[in-house]
Amino acid sequence: MPDITAAPLSSDLTGRALFPHRHLLSIADLKPWEIRFLLDEAEQWATANRGKARKHDDRLAGMTQINAFFENSTRTLLSFEIAGKRLGADVVNMHAGQSSVKKGETLIDTAMTLNAMAADVLVIRHASSGAVALIADKVDCAVLNAGDGWHQHPTQALLDALTIRRRKGGFEGLIVAICGDVLHSRVARSNMLCLAALGAQVRAVAPPTLMPPEVEMLGATPYTRLDEGLEGADVVMMLRLQNERMDGAFIPSAREYHMLYGLTPERLAIAKPDAIVMHPGPMNRGVEITSNVADHPDRSAITEQVEMGVAVRMAVLDALSQHLPNG
Amino acid sequence: MTRAPDIAILDARLVDPASGRDGRGSLLIRDGAIADVVWGAAPSLADGVRRIEGRGLVLAPGLVDLRAFLGEPGAEFRETLGTGSQAAAAGGVTTIVCRPDTDPPIDDPAIIDFIKRRARDKAVVNVLPCAALTKGILGREITEFGLLLEAGAVAFGDGAKAIRNPQLMRRAMIYARDFDALIMNHVEDPDLRGSGVMNEGEFASRKGLPGIPAEAETVMLERDIRLARATGARYHAAMISCSESVDLVRRAKAEGVAITCGVSINNLTLNENDVGEYRTFCKVSPPLRHEDERLAMIAALAEGVIDVVVSDHDPQDVETKRQPFAEAADGALGIETLLPAALRMVHAGQIALPALLAALSARPAGLIGLSCGRLAVGAPADLTLLDPDAPHVVDKRRLKSRAKNSPFDEARLEGLVQMTLVAGRVVYEAQGG
Repeated sequence: MPDITAAPLSSDLTGRALFPHRHLLSIADLKPWEIRFLLDEAEQWATANRGKARKHDDRLAGMTQINAFFENSTRTLLSFEIAGKRLGADVVNMHAGQSSVKKGETLIDTAMTLNAMAADVLVIRHASSGAVALIADKVDCAVLNAGDGWHQHPTQALLDALTIRRRKGGFEGLIVAICGDVLHSRVARSNMLCLAALGAQVRAVAPPTLMPPEVEMLGATPYTRLDEGLEGADVVMMLRLQNERMDGAFIPSAREYHMLYGLTPERLAIAKPDAIVMHPGPMNRGVEITSNVADHPDRSAITEQVEMGVAVRMAVLDALSQHLPNG
Repeated sequence: MTRAPDIAILDARLVDPASGRDGRGSLLIRDGAIADVVWGAAPSLADGVRRIEGRGLVLAPGLVDLRAFLGEPGAEFRETLGTGSQAAAAGGVTTIVCRPDTDPPIDDPAIIDFIKRRARDKAVVNVLPCAALTKGILGREITEFGLLLEAGAVAFGDGAKAIRNPQLMRRAMIYARDFDALIMNHVEDPDLRGSGVMNEGEFASRKGLPGIPAEAETVMLERDIRLARATGARYHAAMISCSESVDLVRRAKAEGVAITCGVSINNLTLNENDVGEYRTFCKVSPPLRHEDERLAMIAALAEGVIDVVVSDHDPQDVETKRQPFAEAADGALGIETLLPAALRMVHAGQIALPALLAALSARPAGLIGLSCGRLAVGAPADLTLLDPDAPHVVDKRRLKSRAKNSPFDEARLEGLVQMTLVAGRVVYEAQGG
């Protein structure tokens, strides 16, 4: 059976030509071998980041990277900033709260302004699905989607895939259960596409009020009972339940959610004995996950995810920099 | 049978609504459950068995009333679990599902726990809670269905308040479906009801009272049917009162929607003319309608489109009823007169006794998953012995409820409960022969 994630034979052996994209907006835009290429590159950065040598490479020197976050984030912003700086780029952070967006400037005007400053790459996070693509359409530089509404968060899916690959060796036949508020989750959507493309079997486990309609078309088998969804799983990926969802509109309360969908040691035992636990963070301890599971020394891969995040973002920034209009 | 029964009810007219069987027989009870149902001649018994002479009276399963306001917590001056259950027992009702719109409402497992303990200590019949569908009965956030079911809730609804927001109803249905929980809605759109206080029609026009059109009921019912069809949830329209509603339910059932519905005893036995000279005891929701609608409800019940009959027992204090009609509160007493009033339909030949009793016991029991409501071995010995023909005049002062707002005050009824048993214990016995 041919490996669907391997590159077509006619590709450039250096790998650089395997990533002919100006932007990274969605996992859906990537071929399986392109995903694998990014994972392989990230793997090397992960090794470099752990090394004792100074973590600095100058390949992106002279490049301007603007992190334009219209929606708040601490860890993703930090991750992108560190990634850019380790590659030698000039990184600038723009927070929505400090920006002229507060003065009523439209999104397009903001993007044009950033573009006029000759940024080379824009890393954008926005609360509306499709907003990042809207900007990408209007600017000359590379655009990297750091999360748009409920839609996509491609680097999260890549770092999750890398974490899984390092722990499990591969994806073929792996059962991955994505559990929680799938309806509102860009992490879930990107992961469903990415893991299915890599050959894994994906399950979406959510209360019926938080399950996207027709989720099967996104490549995941739906389960509304956690116990059934965890049966024999190799990877248990927990999603954060946002406070706004807990107030009785979708879910009556945090305590009922925990009773029905919280990952406890007893529930984890329903998955495979060597199943790993993942979470994109930040966690609501005691709601979707208990502390003794989140902090489990062997089963929890949560801190590795964060580590892989920097490596993946370095790989993506590097890959995108190959196709900048100015060289 | 290896052990002798504790109690034997001999030579009664057994009516089993679950099987439809109606005939002379005896019933043996042991350890609170029915030990044997003996059709035909009475069996011989060992000594020490308590004998109750049936004397040809009707012996039927005790009634299961899906809708009664029992006052606790918060409105003890109107009714308590104690007084309400006494009224129930005197009316042959052995299981009550109490409304959740108490104060505080039944929207938390702690309140369910309170009701269970209070009922254990003070009520003479079974009391089961209907839990609120929305927190605080405010119509905005759904309650903790999982925790409430675990605590003992048998259904979900907002009591006298309709579930107004369709998105909330839809989400509630989607959430409830996973638990196979039953959602009960009072189908009266508050916006279409507006300032209405009685049925819209000639009578209201003469009296100068704002009317409640049939659409207040049918529009919300149709909405709920569509949502139930789309979500697959189990849905129960608490009380219908219009012939159009019957058509909607009939069609929905034919299409396989998991819908059931109830009717208030008031809409089966009274009509808008009973409001008379602004009698506020006849101010109820849904309102008493035209006589044609009343007959349509009876026909729908006999046909089986309407599944259950409820008392909609709503004790109201003098303060809220001794008011101009428009300002009076809705609500009529009903649990003690439920069965005698319902027997009017049997005496008028509109429905057979086993079919009526099915709508009063077997089917409501089935809706909420109870094993009572049948004369069958192993079923709980929740029973009522009644004289279906005994004529009497209702005197509201002698009714056992704390409140006295009975629309049947001074009414001539035929049918009187002689004895009621719950789990084989006599909880009511009529005075005199």
